[in-house]
Amino acid sequence: MEGIWLIISIIVPATIRSATPLIFTALGGNFSERSGVVNIGLEGIMTVGAFGAVYFSYITGSPWMGLLGAMVVGGLFGLLLAFLSINFKANQVIVGTAINILAASLTTFLLVEVWGRPGQTNSVSAFSNWGPFNIFTYLAFILVAVSYYVMFKTPFGLRLRAVGEHPKAADTLGVNVQLTRYICVVLSGVLGGIGGASLSIGSLNLFKEGMVAGRGFIALAALIFGKWNPLGAAGACLFFGFAVALETVSSNLPIPREFIFAMPYILTMFAVSGFIGKSVAPAASGVPYEKGER
Amino acid sequence: MENKVSEFKARLQQNTKAIAYPLIAILLSFIVGGIIVAAFGNDPIVAYTAMFKGSLGSWSNFGETLVSVTPLILTGLSVAFAFRCGLFNIGAEGQFIIGSVAAVWAGWAIKGIPALLHVLLVLLIGAAVGGIWGGVVGWLKAKVGSHEVINSIMMNYIAMYFSNYIVMNLLNEPDKAFSHAIADTAKLWRFAETITVFKGSRVHMGIVVALIVAVFAYYLLNKTVRGYEIRAVGFNPYAAEYGGINVPRNVVLAMFISGVFAGLAGAIMVTGIQFRVNNLFGFTGYGLDGIAVALVGNNHPIGVILSAFLFGVLQKGGPMMQLKGVPKEVVGIIQGIIILFVAVNFIKVMIERYSEKQKIKKGSVEGEGK
Repeated sequence: MEGIWLIISIIVPATIRSATPLIFTALGGNFSERSGVVNIGLEGIMTVGAFGAVYFSYITGSPWMGLLGAMVVGGLFGLLLAFLSINFKANQVIVGTAINILAASLTTFLLVEVWGRPGQTNSVSAFSNWGPFNIFTYLAFILVAVSYYVMFKTPFGLRLRAVGEHPKAADTLGVNVQLTRYICVVLSGVLGGIGGASLSIGSLNLFKEGMVAGRGFIALAALIFGKWNPLGAAGACLFFGFAVALETVSSNLPIPREFIFAMPYILTMFAVSGFIGKSVAPAASGVPYEKGER
Repeated sequence: MENKVSEFKARLQQNTKAIAYPLIAILLSFIVGGIIVAAFGNDPIVAYTAMFKGSLGSWSNFGETLVSVTPLILTGLSVAFAFRCGLFNIGAEGQFIIGSVAAVWAGWAIKGIPALLHVLLVLLIGAAVGGIWGGVVGWLKAKVGSHEVINSIMMNYIAMYFSNYIVMNLLNEPDKAFSHAIADTAKLWRFAETITVFKGSRVHMGIVVALIVAVFAYYLLNKTVRGYEIRAVGFNPYAAEYGGINVPRNVVLAMFISGVFAGLAGAIMVTGIQFRVNNLFGFTGYGLDGIAVALVGNNHPIGVILSAFLFGVLQKGGPMMQLKGVPKEVVGIIQGIIILFVAVNFIKVMIERYSEKQKIKKGSVEGEGK
């Protein structure tokens, strides 16, 4: 009996800790996709956010400034995606992929330029724990509630969902499709930036090359698994975080650890394929809006 | 006769545009890259000279560049082929990984057959397994309509963990984080074995295979009924269906062939360079770079060869810049900017907007005249 309690007392906090960065990013993706812009660049946005947080914490000595910096940098990359996919009507998936490549190389380049060596940065001042978790975890859960409220209980939320489902109808009723999408995509960049910051100045106190390690894509999977709903996405993040947390006790489990790692991805495939409750994307997701088009 | 001349002219004009836009985009990206290099206090001319010398300056450097070009051609073809059917295959990475694991298994487990046969068999198995991995995505798309982008991203990760499981359990070299090595009979012939100028480089038959596959892809797409059907589905699935083309079957087939190309890339990396696979902590990058290669190559097999070469030069030349004190990551930045420019068709959009404005101006002036 005591052994089980021990395992639970390890797994539950570890689950919440690994879910924290995913929740921010999945919420960000939620806003973007609900407004009709697919954001494959979340991975890259998390990377620049993680780096930006460390950089601004390094030059100011304050983790709060680091957090702010991560939000700004993430938001700028969101703006880039918004600009190219809304104004230039570029293929959103391709722009997202380009952002991922650009983010990875830009951060490793700046890492070498600023700290003079590859691999990882020096330690900077980071957030310390308040109770069992750091500030990011509390913030994440607050933002889940706020996002849900904004998306489903406010006029803005109604508009952003309308823009993602049927931009033409929304436009006819006087909703500014372009502006709504801009706000949502930049917001997704800001949230993705916070997600990255929660890794670099929350869980750790430095930036390492490749530290995001696919979490942007897991967050994307989570929001799909959560059916494009902030509460569902947060639930999926916790579940995926649980899969990661299991790793700490995986030597005691009868299943291979690689299978545990792959589980979130397999489940997501089942979800989008309709084997466990169909996940349907917003209808206009990924389609540039052309005014006056039939 | 005159008709033919004007047709030829029109085609030439179209082709020039198709080549000119990416070329200008590439040039612009190099300039932006140069500005970044200069902004951090290095000389861009020195950096670029080092890059081109390092990748093309000697036969052995050139050979090493071809080593990088080989998988890029194939993963680029993989992405491009699916794209022509209207499918975005982000899963070339996973198909590459799974193809290389299958190749290691076939290269290690099959014994006692002649070298040529063994190599061919290994390449075929790698390609087939990659094809199945891609085909699953196509099947899901055709059967239940789930989006290929999401499924192929997911299958990239599943491939990585599945590969790691096999490498660490079934094919594990004891106490090492990599697999067994393949038999000597399963290795591709290296140019340096007989052509002395290539000494010091690992360039191998894979580049020839890749070029042949590119020609094959061109032929398949442009000169066969099957290719016509695939392109028709890519242009407009509804029209294709109305015209009597079996859309689901072509979607599955295009994803399968796309996977075959990426799986073959993995098998070639195993038989030509690595001879084994490692326990992966992240993606190899070949499949992801394939997206960029296809995009810059305008999803055309010949364009893919050229853009794979450009990316090969960048990747091989990068470390040479490092020796001159310029971080090699600049190369990645240039790559990213090239993709952005090409992705948004920056030059085309700009020129079109400009000429449209001119037209409106002209039109309004004429209108006033009346």
